[in-house]
Amino acid sequence: MMVLGSGEYHRFEAAGRPFVYLVPSAAVFALDDAADAVLRALAQRGRTRDELVGELSDLFPRSELDETISELERVRAIGDVHVPDKPLPKFFPLMPFPLTTMVLNVTNQCNLSCTYCYEYSEDKIVDTENGKKPKFMTEETARESVEFMLKESGANRMAHLTFFGGETLMNFPVLQKTVAYARERAAELGKEVDFSLTTNATLLRPDVIEFLAENRIGVTISIDGPKEMQDKFRVFHNGAGSYDIVAPKIKELLRRHRSRPIGARVTLTSGVLDIKRIFRHLTEDIGFWEVGFAPVTTSPGRDYAISTGGMDTVLAQFSELADEFLEAAVANRHHGFSNVKDTLEEIHKGVSKAYPCGAGLGLMGVATDGDVALCHRFAGSDSHKMGDVRTGIDRNAQMAFLEKHHIADKTDCSTCWARPLCSGGCYHEAYTRYGETTRPNLHFCEWIRGWTDVCLRVYGELSERNPAYLAQFDHMESVAERAV
Amino acid sequence: MKHLKPVNSKAGRVMEYVRAPEAVAVNDVGSTVPAQGDVVALQGQGGGTPQQAPPHIPLGCSTVFSPGWEADRTGGTAGLCQPVERDLFDCHLGCYWPAQVPDQLNHAPNWTATCAVAQKDWRKIDLVFP
Repeated sequence: MMVLGSGEYHRFEAAGRPFVYLVPSAAVFALDDAADAVLRALAQRGRTRDELVGELSDLFPRSELDETISELERVRAIGDVHVPDKPLPKFFPLMPFPLTTMVLNVTNQCNLSCTYCYEYSEDKIVDTENGKKPKFMTEETARESVEFMLKESGANRMAHLTFFGGETLMNFPVLQKTVAYARERAAELGKEVDFSLTTNATLLRPDVIEFLAENRIGVTISIDGPKEMQDKFRVFHNGAGSYDIVAPKIKELLRRHRSRPIGARVTLTSGVLDIKRIFRHLTEDIGFWEVGFAPVTTSPGRDYAISTGGMDTVLAQFSELADEFLEAAVANRHHGFSNVKDTLEEIHKGVSKAYPCGAGLGLMGVATDGDVALCHRFAGSDSHKMGDVRTGIDRNAQMAFLEKHHIADKTDCSTCWARPLCSGGCYHEAYTRYGETTRPNLHFCEWIRGWTDVCLRVYGELSERNPAYLAQFDHMESVAERAV
Repeated sequence: MKHLKPVNSKAGRVMEYVRAPEAVAVNDVGSTVPAQGDVVALQGQGGGTPQQAPPHIPLGCSTVFSPGWEADRTGGTAGLCQPVERDLFDCHLGCYWPAQVPDQLNHAPNWTATCAVAQKDWRKIDLVFP
């Protein structure tokens, strides 16, 4: 006798009606009352089809129930509990996978000394002070990197080049020449290069701003918020805060550079958790178009690490900002909370990830000496090397990496409904926390599920109240394809 | 489908996929009727709920070489309850498995003095001879 039971899904409510997010297909369906009643009944315990129809026949006609059960079976929201579980399929991307984004670490030096920085703090992977890597990338290595990027981008017409550091603008001369060179070479090959960079804003001189604006270079500024928050950890080597130096420069950049939206990236730490205030300050007082937040990457126990209680505060405030975002999106107004927008796009497309991000796949980081690594956060680390720009991607190392990091092997994730979007989380976070890139970031699970639920509810509301807003995502290239 | 409304793009694609088995059959008199058995396409793949997860190994020590942290079920060390180095400090205190460590109360009180962070400094810990 076939006993029906729940499949894998997450139920949520939005705009006064129930929805399901199916796992691992990542499909979102709105339910009618009959479908919701069937799912709720089976969530309590398994039942045969006859039992189920019998129990609910007071509420719905039998023919309706039969139809509903069949529909739910077809999309695999419910199924036979006696059918043994199948292992998750382990499909690998077709090789050679084209490189879409190259992150070029033009220097590993920085003029700030942010306490929590993954590159300089106690959790650093690469010794940038006494190690063997050059402190600045040479023009020659940068050119070789451009050639590498254009070659590895395969049949793609568009390649993204992100300049990174250390403090990226400490090597502005090489950056300038690299942009010109990449443009020229791409044109010769009938390709296009899109440029972006991340900077702490301390070196945004008028000539630099002019260059960025003229060359349509996307800019992300690392900034933590109003003065007292920025100056808590984002300090110069002598301990002096950086807010007073960077604020006027950022305002000048925003005034002059109108060719690309300019975003802020905030690192959340134990002392910097007043998210709504940070958001208001950065969007309203400073004028950023978008603000993205990320919790600091750290091993546990550092005094700037966010506690579990702290992450609850983050979620509550994220949720409030997401509600504001929703109201803005319903009215077709812009709202700069980029965390929610990125997740909505992934929900809309029904992304179901085998890997948490594009690192080692479509995205790679290049160290100052031309060594290619998983991503910019591992650039310069010999144990995460994946070739170099002169000899190309080490395909064996890449394949070995992809085999070891597939979601099918992350047993901790196998029962989690949020895995299509999370897929275990950042490799660097895992490495810092557990010493292994293969481990899922278990310390973030509750938070990720909470945040995904918030985003699903925003998505459900938008699907009812302003579906046209969601349709814009159909024409956008994916988040992973855009710059870091 | 009457009771489920596809909302995102993926749901649209799922609908395209499941629409095929919903196809009609032709009856004796030549008119079309809904085909019997709703789950034709899924039966081919074993039916049921293919998205159900494989057996879950609970968080904790490996069950392969129980008790022990040597390897997880894939033969690697990624699925262990703690990084292997943590065995020095965790397992012998918190777990029933008596990891062999020196007597730090009487004979080797400074045994771990050079090991500030187990994951990084475990190599610095020396042998202790009674």
